[in-house]
Amino acid sequence: MTRWRFALPLALFALLVIALWRGLALDPRDVPSPLIGKPAPAFALTRLDDAARTIRRDDMLGKVWMLNVWASWCEACREEHPALVAFARSAPVPVIGLNYKDTRSQGTGWLARFGNPYEASLFDESGQVGIDFGVYGVPETFVIDKRGVVRFKLVGPLTREAIEKRIRPLLKELDA
Amino acid sequence: MIPELGQAALLLALAVALIQGTLPLIGAARGRESWMALARPAAQAQFALVMLAFALLASSFVRHDFSLIYVTMHSNTSLPLAYRIAGVWGGHEGSLLLWLAMLCTWALALAQFSRQIPLPVVARTLAVMGWIAAGFLLFMLTTSNPFERHVPVPPNGNDLNPLLQDPGMVIHPPMLYMGYVGFSVAFAFAVAALIGGDLSAAWARWMRPWTTAAWCFLTLGIALGSLWAYSVLGWGGWWFWDPVENASFMPWLAGTALIHSLAVTEKRGAFKSWTVLLAIVAFSLSLLGTFLVRSGVLSSVHAFATDPKRGLFILAFLVFVIGGSLALYAWRAPKVGLGARFDAVSRESLLLVNNVLFVVAMLSVLLGTLYPLLLDALGLGKISVGPPYFDAVFVPLMAPVAFLMGVGPLAKWKRAELPAIALRLRWAAGVSVVAALLAGWLAGHISVGATFGLWMSAWIAASIATDLWERIGPADGALFARLRALPRPLAGMLLAHFGVAAFAFGVSMVGTYAVERDVTMQIGDTTEVAGHVFTLRGLQKVQGPNYDAMQALIAVTRVNGQDRQVVTELRPEKRIFRVQGTVMTEAAIDHGIARDLYVSLGEQVEGGAWIVRVYCKPFVNWIWGGCLLMALGGALAASDRRYRAKQPRTAAVPSTPDQLAGAAA
Repeated sequence: MTRWRFALPLALFALLVIALWRGLALDPRDVPSPLIGKPAPAFALTRLDDAARTIRRDDMLGKVWMLNVWASWCEACREEHPALVAFARSAPVPVIGLNYKDTRSQGTGWLARFGNPYEASLFDESGQVGIDFGVYGVPETFVIDKRGVVRFKLVGPLTREAIEKRIRPLLKELDA
Repeated sequence: MIPELGQAALLLALAVALIQGTLPLIGAARGRESWMALARPAAQAQFALVMLAFALLASSFVRHDFSLIYVTMHSNTSLPLAYRIAGVWGGHEGSLLLWLAMLCTWALALAQFSRQIPLPVVARTLAVMGWIAAGFLLFMLTTSNPFERHVPVPPNGNDLNPLLQDPGMVIHPPMLYMGYVGFSVAFAFAVAALIGGDLSAAWARWMRPWTTAAWCFLTLGIALGSLWAYSVLGWGGWWFWDPVENASFMPWLAGTALIHSLAVTEKRGAFKSWTVLLAIVAFSLSLLGTFLVRSGVLSSVHAFATDPKRGLFILAFLVFVIGGSLALYAWRAPKVGLGARFDAVSRESLLLVNNVLFVVAMLSVLLGTLYPLLLDALGLGKISVGPPYFDAVFVPLMAPVAFLMGVGPLAKWKRAELPAIALRLRWAAGVSVVAALLAGWLAGHISVGATFGLWMSAWIAASIATDLWERIGPADGALFARLRALPRPLAGMLLAHFGVAAFAFGVSMVGTYAVERDVTMQIGDTTEVAGHVFTLRGLQKVQGPNYDAMQALIAVTRVNGQDRQVVTELRPEKRIFRVQGTVMTEAAIDHGIARDLYVSLGEQVEGGAWIVRVYCKPFVNWIWGGCLLMALGGALAASDRRYRAKQPRTAAVPSTPDQLAGAAA
């Protein structure tokens, strides 16, 4: 019995290797969403920069729009940010941010620092709307069509490639 | 021609590494002195070859040789010289070369400063390091060659990542790698001991200064990285629990446990197999860190190279090195034995608790870093673990560590009496509570979290004072002379622990009493933060060597009764790097012992006004100052004469009070 105790670290390491090996084969961004093809969950949240103004899901009906989930504590958001800012300049649709589990001052400070690509950011302090949207990890990006149906979801940092190859063609198709 | 020379040097280095990894090992097994003696010259040749390759790559950067893919990717003709040299380790291939250069430096140092260590031990240890070097060389030559050329040669390069264009970045990676890789020496000693089956107190004494030295470099490296993040990422944080930060923090936690358990192994002959395991774990975590950063299984700001083929190679290498050493451990460690016995209350038992806490802390960081990956691998979905998890887990683990740091150094080896210790520390307990409340009151308001942190900090400092007073206080004569007469390991330990107190003080003050304000400012506008008035005096365009910037001039004054004293002028910048078009925020910081004034420029808004973020961070420099003290303490302890003694003493079991005092490290 005592002898086996010394083999325990090896056994733990073996488990770790299996996980890492499987991790290599996975694409960290490939997540199926049960929401695709379904109506976006209803929400009513105040704006990040103005606690007196509320935005509701139904305010967005009739236009195609993008929802980008972000937070000031999120490292990967900084990674995707330049691509998002560049996209927002020429975007044919409004980009709405969902500021997830953050504080107002951290969030506005972050936008001031790194640039604000959003027409508006929804302030989701408790994370409830994020949960309704099935947010796994920040950042995430959704495209929602004129009827309020979720058409596309990307988990992880938005890349220029994803924007050009997947989002722009989709927006064109949705006649934005 | 020069790049081909570099390539040849790496190939030769691989051949030498294979010799270094095999012949001395066989020699040690068969008792052939001449084969064992090959280890030292092999390590020297290895060092010379790798350094040559490193110098050649640096010269390609300096000469703007854009025929190299690597130089094209990470340099530009307008890049200043210092950053061209730092550009050598600005990307994946070059950081591997830096890693390897550090490994060879440690092996060379071991070859030169190991005259007092028996030849078979040196031969086996250097052989293990030879295997590690061979693995890294093979990795570089097959998947990540920095000397690869391309045609046609582009007229100019892509420039170094602007995030890395900071003075801190010139010295941070070498320091960090020096620490990371330094644990390879402890690892090699441990594996050599398992192979040789000898694990005496002398063995722990040989290994100790190397481990402490590596730990010092790692401490400095992490501190510099944190300082870099503070001044470059531009939002005033000093630690982000980023996967790459965690990758450097995990070996530090295991290494801290290791230097404490080595003390027990050397002084008391206890914790033997545990020490071996920690030495393996500390270096394994360095390798794992390399894997996590390089393979792209975790995404992070730092992860500048992601390629599954490389990931697969590193994984295979990990299996070989870590799996091999752990298998060896499972096979040989039962023979090593557990060592001397001790009572439930003794310095050994307190150090054991310290070890358990550090290992649990390390495992929880590991879990937090890998959890998203593990869930994903098991098909359970994807999540991200942010700072909330780490803060919630880490603080409760470090609080008992801080408490024990006060008690442990006062406890006797083998058996200690709790009531006696409590009696000796009664002043420290009282003084620290008063000091914590007083500090909170002076800072403005008393908050529970900050008071607890401040109390821990004051408790450590007060118990160090108690310890010192008991050792040098009561007698007459010059206090300073008696202070200097303290054994170096003891003085080093006290200094390092004092560093922890300073660190805890800084963290508690910044965490609770930092003030921040976002304001929109026109020229002439003012804002007040923590008694300082910030006035935007002007804005001007400035040109750097490879960027254009908008620079703000902000005058800071302090209201003092009727007068206004000028404190400083700050010039934060918003830089646009010409080649990559990246926007960087260059914060302006007025550093001070009691506070930092930190200003950074946000976006320009309508009407020519700018968003300006202003912070006052009380005692933030104590965080890095504390780390510096920890590293200095480690250096002091590692420089003790007994590690350089020619004749290894037989396992010392302290018996007289004098020796007990000396054994306190």
